[in-house]
Amino acid sequence: MSAHVLQLDHVSKRFAIGGFFSRQKLQAVNDVSFTLSADRPEIFAVVGESGSGKSTIANMILGTELPSSGELRFDGRDIATLRSRRDREAFIAKVQPVFQNPFEAFNPLTRIDEYLFATARRFKAARSFDQKQHLADEALQRVGLSLAEIRGRFPHELSGGQLQRVAVARALIPEPKLIVADEPVSMIDASLRMSIVNLFRGLRDELKVSIVYITHDLATAYYIADRIIIMRKGVVVEQGQTRAVLDNPTHPYSIALKNAVLPPDPAQASAIIRARETHMHLP
Amino acid sequence: MKILRDLLRYNREFLAGVVLLGIILTMIGLSLFSPFDERTIFAVPPDMPPSLDHWFGTTSRGQDVFWQLTAALRNTLAFGILVAVISRLIALVVGLTSGYLGGKVDQAIMAANDTIGALPHIPILLLVYFVMRDQMSWVVLALVAALLGWSHDSRLIRSVALGLRTREFTRHAVFSGMRTLQILVREHLPYVVPILFFTAMNNLIWAIGLEVTLSILGFSDINRPSVGGMIYWANSHSAMVSGIWWWIAFPMVFVVILFLGLFMLAMSINEYIDPRSRLARMGA
Amino acid sequence: MPALTIDRLKAYYVNEHFGLKREVRAVDDISLVVRRNEIYGLAGESSSGKTSLIKTLAGAIRPPMRVIDGSVRFNFGGESVDVYRQPDRMRQARWRHLSYIMQGSMNVLNPVRRVKHSFRDFAFRHMDPNRDFQDRVVEHLRRLQLAPGVLEAYPHQLSGGMRQRLTIALATICEPEFIVADEPTTALDVLVQQDVLALIKEVQRRLRSSVVFVTHDMSVHAAITDRLGVMYAGRLVEEGPTARIFAEPQHPYTAHLIASLPRIGDARIRRSLPGKPPALSDPPSGCRFHPRCPLAIARCIKEVPEMLPSATGGRVACHRAGEAEVT
Repeated sequence: MSAHVLQLDHVSKRFAIGGFFSRQKLQAVNDVSFTLSADRPEIFAVVGESGSGKSTIANMILGTELPSSGELRFDGRDIATLRSRRDREAFIAKVQPVFQNPFEAFNPLTRIDEYLFATARRFKAARSFDQKQHLADEALQRVGLSLAEIRGRFPHELSGGQLQRVAVARALIPEPKLIVADEPVSMIDASLRMSIVNLFRGLRDELKVSIVYITHDLATAYYIADRIIIMRKGVVVEQGQTRAVLDNPTHPYSIALKNAVLPPDPAQASAIIRARETHMHLP
Repeated sequence: MKILRDLLRYNREFLAGVVLLGIILTMIGLSLFSPFDERTIFAVPPDMPPSLDHWFGTTSRGQDVFWQLTAALRNTLAFGILVAVISRLIALVVGLTSGYLGGKVDQAIMAANDTIGALPHIPILLLVYFVMRDQMSWVVLALVAALLGWSHDSRLIRSVALGLRTREFTRHAVFSGMRTLQILVREHLPYVVPILFFTAMNNLIWAIGLEVTLSILGFSDINRPSVGGMIYWANSHSAMVSGIWWWIAFPMVFVVILFLGLFMLAMSINEYIDPRSRLARMGA
Repeated sequence: MPALTIDRLKAYYVNEHFGLKREVRAVDDISLVVRRNEIYGLAGESSSGKTSLIKTLAGAIRPPMRVIDGSVRFNFGGESVDVYRQPDRMRQARWRHLSYIMQGSMNVLNPVRRVKHSFRDFAFRHMDPNRDFQDRVVEHLRRLQLAPGVLEAYPHQLSGGMRQRLTIALATICEPEFIVADEPTTALDVLVQQDVLALIKEVQRRLRSSVVFVTHDMSVHAAITDRLGVMYAGRLVEEGPTARIFAEPQHPYTAHLIASLPRIGDARIRRSLPGKPPALSDPPSGCRFHPRCPLAIARCIKEVPEMLPSATGGRVACHRAGEAEVT
């Protein structure tokens, strides 16, 4: 086992799009490299707008897509070599996702605890009902909920914030080393958003889990991420310690992105918009 | 059975369907008490109009129309149900697996599927009939019909399965460690069941139509009473021309009742189990 | 005369499925006024009722949603039009006096027709086809930084930002007095979002129209609205000049909304509210916010607070208005 939990080494991803006669190549990710070390759990933010390639990176880390070139190693093992079912199972246990829209992530016709029990059964070898319940309850407590509140419920009975917390609890059951969260709070109401964001903090500090936090929202990235990479059209334009990068961005795109964030202050925000009226960024 | 009570109380179509089918099922039930053996001919005076002795009159072959009809309905419905059940199972398995697996496997299965679907039904059934003339029984006919009738519906199920495959909750289920079979049966099946049910009704109606058609043309066991068979015999004895209207009219009326009842039932149950209406009832 | 007067409006969804009756009180006794030449922001989270309110004030609701009580009155060119008692007059006024900018430009632009067809269907029929017509259209598009050639294009050939600007062009070409904007920038990238907001602001200033701008994003409200109305669980809980509300929110919910927003450069811990927004089919008694309110007292459970004048020059519905702290 190497000292790196996750290592991306010149990873690129090319997609072929279009029909039979007009096949084109889309370079979704271009030569991205970064590492997350095992001895220090951290929250690593991947920031970009739509088309930046951040979701493709998330999919590659989760193993849903394979890199076109370069190497992606998890726990020292190149994920392209994970072929057997046992290998893949061991891998999934260590890398768990949290998806953007909790109401899409849970089947509206399925009771929520099913997901928790299935995870317990498959990854924690829980056989009896008691064992499964115990593991589910333990995980829910860690996110500030309990099995008693969730038991037998359907997704629509909970709020977005609660449901997302259940999703995080489920991801914690196999005791993963890495959680990949793709825009986990963008669909959550503002009044509930910070509880999820603070939860990620707790996961890093108390449970020692590393988190890859994919987002377009610079403000929440500033709030919890240790390190950050800013992506544009598949390329990394800037990376480093979050506070350093966002307090003093150097690349023109990073600067534009930071300035594009409207602060929740009427005087500043309206000044920004007024200034925009005279010079726009339009295509 | 709260569900039944709810449906009966609030859904008029369900009520109508139940009533109509109730009539048919009563008739079928009565067939067990028939005083005549269904295959005997000239058991009673022929060509008698409806009367107290013979409620629906008698045929030119000396059979009581009412009791013949009860047996006919039973045989026809049995045929239809057998066809529908077998073809649903095939359509379900083919559609779900093809849709979920996707890719080249899906393309291969669908190619086979479409080839079978392109086969013309009546000529094939006729061919089977001629080839197997002596061993021909209604079960064989049902099996062949079932093997012909699933291809269109498996495509429907496959397209739902394809859509479900890319839904986020499928991905989530995979990462939760659910096995493929569990995902197909517990996560996807509820979305597929309404289609299954509706196409089953469709298929049933088609199968009955097929049976009636073949029987009218004479390509079935003509001594075994069936709705089509009755009409076949009525035609061959020129019943309409001879003024023996009751021989044709009653089978037709009851065929219409059968179809209407099945249709109403299908519509109302389908609406009830549709995921969207289920979600609305749960209050989503 | 105000551009829009909403008086004690109540609009509910009444659902009946297999014997189960469900009444969702999406808009529950709302009164507000929008003046001429102002951008009125409507803030609130999911299930706050703000989308239902917008649909109701535009007269765009359908069964099972109905107006139970109250009225919505616009002032178009000096004439008062009651949306629900004068539906014909309302129909004539659409697009010419009242238009919409919606979330998702593809809700407006027909994907299989060229853009000019949508313009023809929506707008051109209301306009004067005189000599200047072509020039006016070109000039209007130019102001939105769109080349006249976009009219010949199909929607999928244009970028998301361009399509949204077209939606704005479509909504404003007849120079309406009232514009309703429902989350027009939510799905857009941050850089494009700012451009679109700048354009909306510029168009509003030039036409001197009134805009009701609905979004859950408080920063957007801070950037362009003049006055702000905060909704919670189907009711209006606070209203006032935007700058004053951000500086000294009077309602504990508003105070929390503003305080919980993260900002770059500020790494202090922020907390969420406990609980969740209530289901509109079974809301809490009295003040609907009381289960989650840090300042709740016994009175809040029993008595619905009235909208009374507040320290910001606006109104607030809270028994303990002004005691909320913005940390």
